[in-house]
Amino acid sequence: MDDENLLDEEDTQKDKYLAFTIGKEVYGIDIRVVMEIIGILPITTVPEVPDYIRGIINLRGKIIPVVDMRLRFGQEYREYTDRTCVIVIEVDDMLIGLIIDAVSEVMDIPENDVVPPPKLRESKSRYVRGVGKLQGEEGRVVLLLDWKRLFSREDVKALGAMQGDKEETSSENGGNDK
Amino acid sequence: MAEHEPMVEVFIYETRDFLARLEELALKSEEAQSFAEDDVNEIFRAMHTIKGSAAMMMLDDISKLAHAIEDIFFYIRELHPKKIDVSSVTDFVLAAVDFMQNEINVLDDGGKPSESSQGMRDASEAFLRQMKIDNGDDPDVDLRKVKGASSSSAKKESGGAAAPSPAPVPEPPPQYYIGAAKQEEKTDDGSLHVYEAVLNFDPGSGMLEVRAYTVVNSFQGEVKEMHYLPDKLLEDPEAADKIEKNGLRLYMTADQPLGEIKKKLEKTSFLVGLNVRELKSTDECAIWPTRADVAKAAAEESEPIVPKVPEVDGAKSVPPAVKASTEKAAGPAQRKEHESQVISVKVEKLDRLMDLVGELVIAESMVVQNPDLKGLEIENFEKAARQLHKINGELQDSVMSLRMVPLEGTFKKMNRIVRDMTKKLGKKAHLLFKGESTEVDKTINDHIGDPLMHIIRNSIDHGIEMPADRVAAGKPETGTVTLAAMNSGGEVILRIMDDGAGLDRDKILSRARERHLLTKPEAEYTDQEIYHFIFAAGFSTNDNVTEFSGRGVGMDVVVSNIKSLGGSVSMDSDPGKGSTTTIRIPLTLAIIEGMSVGVGSARFTVPISAIRRSIRPKPGEVFKDTDGREMIMEDGECCPVVRLDKIYGIKDAEQDINRGILMLLESRGGGLFALHADELMGVQEIVVKPVPKYISYLADKTGISGCTLLGDGSISLILDAQILGSILK
Repeated sequence: MDDENLLDEEDTQKDKYLAFTIGKEVYGIDIRVVMEIIGILPITTVPEVPDYIRGIINLRGKIIPVVDMRLRFGQEYREYTDRTCVIVIEVDDMLIGLIIDAVSEVMDIPENDVVPPPKLRESKSRYVRGVGKLQGEEGRVVLLLDWKRLFSREDVKALGAMQGDKEETSSENGGNDK
Repeated sequence: MAEHEPMVEVFIYETRDFLARLEELALKSEEAQSFAEDDVNEIFRAMHTIKGSAAMMMLDDISKLAHAIEDIFFYIRELHPKKIDVSSVTDFVLAAVDFMQNEINVLDDGGKPSESSQGMRDASEAFLRQMKIDNGDDPDVDLRKVKGASSSSAKKESGGAAAPSPAPVPEPPPQYYIGAAKQEEKTDDGSLHVYEAVLNFDPGSGMLEVRAYTVVNSFQGEVKEMHYLPDKLLEDPEAADKIEKNGLRLYMTADQPLGEIKKKLEKTSFLVGLNVRELKSTDECAIWPTRADVAKAAAEESEPIVPKVPEVDGAKSVPPAVKASTEKAAGPAQRKEHESQVISVKVEKLDRLMDLVGELVIAESMVVQNPDLKGLEIENFEKAARQLHKINGELQDSVMSLRMVPLEGTFKKMNRIVRDMTKKLGKKAHLLFKGESTEVDKTINDHIGDPLMHIIRNSIDHGIEMPADRVAAGKPETGTVTLAAMNSGGEVILRIMDDGAGLDRDKILSRARERHLLTKPEAEYTDQEIYHFIFAAGFSTNDNVTEFSGRGVGMDVVVSNIKSLGGSVSMDSDPGKGSTTTIRIPLTLAIIEGMSVGVGSARFTVPISAIRRSIRPKPGEVFKDTDGREMIMEDGECCPVVRLDKIYGIKDAEQDINRGILMLLESRGGGLFALHADELMGVQEIVVKPVPKYISYLADKTGISGCTLLGDGSISLILDAQILGSILK
């Protein structure tokens, strides 16, 4: 793809978000990182990873990890249903599948309708880049995910370490031999 | 590796090739203690090409350094000096090669090469000057600037040669550049025409000098002799302006008619004006240098086109040493032919192809073993399926073979290490190759270099004795290190043998004792096991830390590198006679044979190479220690039992140890352990895929080295016995 095409594409995808729901909240993720949306596939569990990483799936020969976003955001696990979807996104050349409750729509949120999240201590808003207001629907908002931060190597590492510690105290088997 | 523009990529690739060849030639010459004429030409040419292309890439320091080295070889080639300090010349070449290699690496990593080569250039110029003085030549005469002064006369008229003295133009110097190749005929020969061609380029196309250079380069083969204005295309910074103003003017003699020349030139891209006319004689040409000038100009400008050195009278002055070594190396002409049959493909493309073939293999089994087909009488389908299977197998084999490269290149790099070390340590040793044409997967080839280097260093540092000691021991003064490779089944076996003193068993043992490495009574250790200690991290029997060894790093790198390739290292020694290191590596990493095992509903794959054997334990064979840890006695060792379901938290696994099966695996450091699984599900060829990065960030020490797709499309995790074993500790 040459630069011009790329620019064009960037342009048409600008301010477009794929909206999905987790519980009652509506989240949005830049359409540009979304590769595809699939139904739930058989998941192979991987040992010794945080429980929000459900495992890996085989997507037409590609092996990609799947993350349960409910668990990732500290909510309760819920059995997967027909409505459960996996959004496959590409971050830093990695493909990652996000398990979410349901996909709703692709929406346009101009940049000036996005307000930064409040600066709260200890909150998941760390992963929210901004809150988008929906035109014409007073009071409805979309939490725009900061996918870069959500899956950055440092963050993953930090979380992994935290999780590892937790495991170590809770069970004998979670030993990390570092 | 960073992404590059194609031009940069080609430059990096080509220059690396040249540098490797240069190193090889320099080492070969040093060993022979003389420079063979072919080699001098080839070194000269390689340096020249690097100079030109580096200048095009604006890498001035590389370009200037190449020029300085080229000067030395220009002198050697032209004047055949009698006294050549081959070792020093080699040092310069190698230092230059190292410098360029580093710079190219920087460029390859996306950086900007910025080291200055000034010091090196000054040193080489001073050296050349000294060499000229030693050989009775005037050091201030720049050969390239001397007009008319020829090779043989310059020797005698030292000093006077600065003034152009066209009178005694003697035998043509042995130079073969543009057109000069066929200088035997005089140009006004009836069959030859003299042409002038003026080419005007579209100024908007940019890089006029490079375009002109391309024309000159591609055209020089077509005609007898050719000269052009401006005469310095790449070196002269104003060349582009001149070309834009006056066009590129070519003067040539050729036997083709005018029309043909014109037709050929018309094909030039970005041409806006072309004017070709015939001249009466070369005297009308704005530039038509004498033969001596040809040599001089050519040395600065152009690519030599005839590498072979015809016998000319001047060749009589070739020093005997040079003549003696007319060993037939792979001549440049021959190599040209090879080049045309080889294309270089990016490894990523091959990897992609490999992936696709892997998927095809899986897809095939998904179709052929489809549950929908069960119980059907479908003879024709099965016939077709067999055919498909056969083709797939062949496809897989040939794709694999694409990734195979001979070990030769990696082996040859070791020459340099031997040379540098022996020189510094005052030892004498040479390196012998056996089976260097053995092919291995590219990944293996890339990773085998470091381990080999460490082992060879070790051999020379610890193994090979000082020359005097060797003579006293009745051995030849020069030690021999043999590097041998061979295929054996699905493995490549590499052996590094030296005829040195061998390993000092007692010293190793006592050092191991000091470092508390012993885990059982000393008497129980076999020689092999003792020798294996030298691979432990931080282990060294050297009391003094030298440049090459003593820090204890190195040999443990060997083991970990080889292990990461799925191979093993062992060491053997014969006191007083030498030692042998044997490395075994699987031929390929991408497809391995794996044992599929089931634990509860989970599936794991254990590489067959890691499994010593499997046992179905009888009741009572597995016992527990005071902490409740399970063990079993096997092969005289007390092996801990590892339950996968426990370490991986699998809930629906078989709990009764006597109903499952135990696989005896070897852990890092050689200890055995038994892995408990519910059932063995059979051996199959698997395509290894890496664990997704996102997961490997989190779990880099879980004992899972990769994953693979099974025939039914489900995923199986590949267990790494090495790491699993170490998790236990």
